[in-house]
Amino acid sequence: MPDRAVVAELERIVGPRSVRLSTSDRLTFASDGLPTHRRLPGIVVFPGTRDELIAVVRVLAAHDIPFVPRGAGTGLSGGALADPDAALVVLTRLNRILEIDPRNRRATVEPGVVNVRLSAAAARYGLHYAPDPSSQTACTIGGNVAENAGGPHCLKYGATTTHILALEVVLSDGRVVTLGSPAGEPWGPDLVGLFVGSEGNFGIATRITVRLTPTPAAIRTLLADFTSLRSAGEAVSAIIASGIVPAALEMMDRSCINAVEDSVYAAGYPRDAAAVLLVELDGMDPAAVEADARGAADLLVRHGARSVRTAADTAERERLWQGRKKAFGAMGRLSRDLVVQDAVVPRSALPDVLESISAIAARYQLVVSNVFHAGDGNLHPNISFDATDAALKARVETASAEIMATCIAAGGTITGEHGVGLDKLRYMPLVFDGDALAAMRAVRQVFDPAERVNPGKVVPVHACREWTGIHRFRS
Amino acid sequence: MNGVLEKVRALLGSDAVLDPGAQGVAPRIAPPTPEAVALLLRTATAEHWKVRVEGAGSWQPADAPADLALTTRRLDQVEAVEPQDLVATAQAGIGWDRLRQQLAERGVWVALDPPGLAGRSLGSILASATSGPLRLGLGPVRDHLLGVTAITGDGRVVTSGGQVVKNVAGYDLTRLQVGGFGAFGVIVRAHVRLRALPRADQTLLLEGTREDLSRAADDLREAGLAPAALELLSPALARHAGWVLAVRCAGSAAQVEAEEALLRTAGGGRFAPLGPEESHAFWQRAAEALALRPVTLRLAGLPDATDDLLDLLQHQLGDEWISASPALGAVRWSGETTGERLRHLRRTLAALEVPLTLERGPWSVRKAVGVFGAYREGVGPLVTGLRQTFDPASTLVVPVHTDE
Repeated sequence: MPDRAVVAELERIVGPRSVRLSTSDRLTFASDGLPTHRRLPGIVVFPGTRDELIAVVRVLAAHDIPFVPRGAGTGLSGGALADPDAALVVLTRLNRILEIDPRNRRATVEPGVVNVRLSAAAARYGLHYAPDPSSQTACTIGGNVAENAGGPHCLKYGATTTHILALEVVLSDGRVVTLGSPAGEPWGPDLVGLFVGSEGNFGIATRITVRLTPTPAAIRTLLADFTSLRSAGEAVSAIIASGIVPAALEMMDRSCINAVEDSVYAAGYPRDAAAVLLVELDGMDPAAVEADARGAADLLVRHGARSVRTAADTAERERLWQGRKKAFGAMGRLSRDLVVQDAVVPRSALPDVLESISAIAARYQLVVSNVFHAGDGNLHPNISFDATDAALKARVETASAEIMATCIAAGGTITGEHGVGLDKLRYMPLVFDGDALAAMRAVRQVFDPAERVNPGKVVPVHACREWTGIHRFRS
Repeated sequence: MNGVLEKVRALLGSDAVLDPGAQGVAPRIAPPTPEAVALLLRTATAEHWKVRVEGAGSWQPADAPADLALTTRRLDQVEAVEPQDLVATAQAGIGWDRLRQQLAERGVWVALDPPGLAGRSLGSILASATSGPLRLGLGPVRDHLLGVTAITGDGRVVTSGGQVVKNVAGYDLTRLQVGGFGAFGVIVRAHVRLRALPRADQTLLLEGTREDLSRAADDLREAGLAPAALELLSPALARHAGWVLAVRCAGSAAQVEAEEALLRTAGGGRFAPLGPEESHAFWQRAAEALALRPVTLRLAGLPDATDDLLDLLQHQLGDEWISASPALGAVRWSGETTGERLRHLRRTLAALEVPLTLERGPWSVRKAVGVFGAYREGVGPLVTGLRQTFDPASTLVVPVHTDE
């Protein structure tokens, strides 16, 4: 916990009510959306304006105090957790939409703006903010930038990085820099692209300029159910290879379907299906969207779908999506703890990988529920368990590592949208060699030489090869 | 000179020496593998050699002073094509035309139409992030890249990204290499995102004054037309008497049909369709022409300022060859100019928050004004730090810093 003088300085900037020191207050922020990691921050600070945020960072820099930026805390990698020697800088009060420029299809927001609020504000112009993580009713744009957040519709529209045009950033030493340009063209090397997804390690985005996307005039949402995971996976491959570009292509397995159907989010999914695919086609022309929907439905049936149902109206479409987007919450019914994975595999590997995951679950006698972005090959095998059972917890950890190894062996990677944070730190050496990890660390030190922002995340320092650039730049 | 050649021959064998050079002309070395590139750059750094990096040699003039020229032209293999997954892996020295052909044989393509000659190397396109008209509907270069392997200036092999379409493992170093103009290493291998070849692909043209066509482009955008490309070309570039607004619709038959119908309505039936061969020739000619004049640059402002940018360009640099995407605010200019004029233009643009990237030009101009010019406040030290990280001895000759 910082000394009294530092606390007083911070209180002068943000006001006493926006500095939290009590254990009960700090416990509120001890975990993020992934409850398997817990860290108690030394102090929690809530700046209310951009200037307050910059002043806070400068005070922390002057006293050499590490800090962790945090949005709504919905992350799923233990990324926004701070140790007792660090400050947690919570950005939820920086929640202003500063500008919507419909003519140029862009908006500028503060980092604490909730994702879905931006789309709601842009709706009157026929525009929306395309990245739609499942937590979009709570998560913030700043957090989305830090994690390069995805979401179901990123299959067609791209993840967060595709939609960020420019950033104003406060670096760890309190300097403020503007990256990119208003139109999104890099001004020099693409530092916006480098910053997005850096998980808070390069600084805090204070202002974010995003691209807004025209809201499609026509949407078709299909629900296909399958009697085997393999045939559902094969149908995904067939759609992707066909040239049809769905806006979203999601899969849920039986365990997930039943968790949703048992919850208040029940969407009418067939409980006896081995898997369902939620396929959405959209575009500006109804006839073209209808043609794509017919093509997709045909492929689904040809690859074994027992039935393909089209949402009859907006209400049904929203119900089908609510079931999907709240699936993680629904899994809370299955057990008190949940491991959420986020590996990505080549789409053609899905059938084999899904079978391997089922075999691993059976071998370790675990409940694994799959709900994921099948069109991107982005898996979320979720293991429900009770962490107070030490033997069970050990089995979960071993099974998790086996699932990850299976995905990597299939040509995949360890995270598609949740980020590395603390949770996947141990897996980084499985996908990057010492030189690549050392390069990442060296890049981080260009932005944050003392590694004070969100320390201990993303790059496992022990695995870095020696990198002359680090020492050269620091000296 | 001889010392360099001898060491390179000892290191990589005589076969790697494509051209021994001469007085004032650097030897041209073509390493056969990524590992050989790494070995060569490690040695170059140890020996304090300066290295100019080239691809096919068809885009940037080969005039930057260096102790040797490293060409990637022998790194020309397509290592993997996975049509089922819509990803491919190719070495950076492969020509764009050969890559396209090999992909087309499998029914897929990289949905880019970069400026330059047909045989321009993949690595050159990636390093300079030179997107073409298709950037409007199908995204700029960076959207099509899943990962790269790059060799740093001191010979380290750094991989980033991978062969999957979604990936947030670690920092996105791929984005540093795309458009880095080689300042952070030599790209030797790339994983690219593919699309199925469009079932239908139709180009339509409208000729007129620039003002009329700008209005027409606005009207189309307002009407909800979202084509693959909507490009405004100057008369010299389009080889027409007037300016040309070119619309390219590509995708499923139903989608293209719908876009053509919208074009007929919103465009007042004035757009003339091109046949498939005419269409291919039109776009290829425009792309190739942008590599023929001495200087090519790009700038990007807000879409509603495109007209102002075009006025400014015409006023300060002249009409020359211009290709602009009014819906994006992106403009590419090619012609003859001087470093002094570019400096002046950059200063004007900086006040409008519009970056100017010098894509190609004679070394004298590139050296004088730099690829990027002055950075925004506070960004220069970051770029310097990154450059020192990836090329600690400044082995790679890249004009990313200027005296501006």
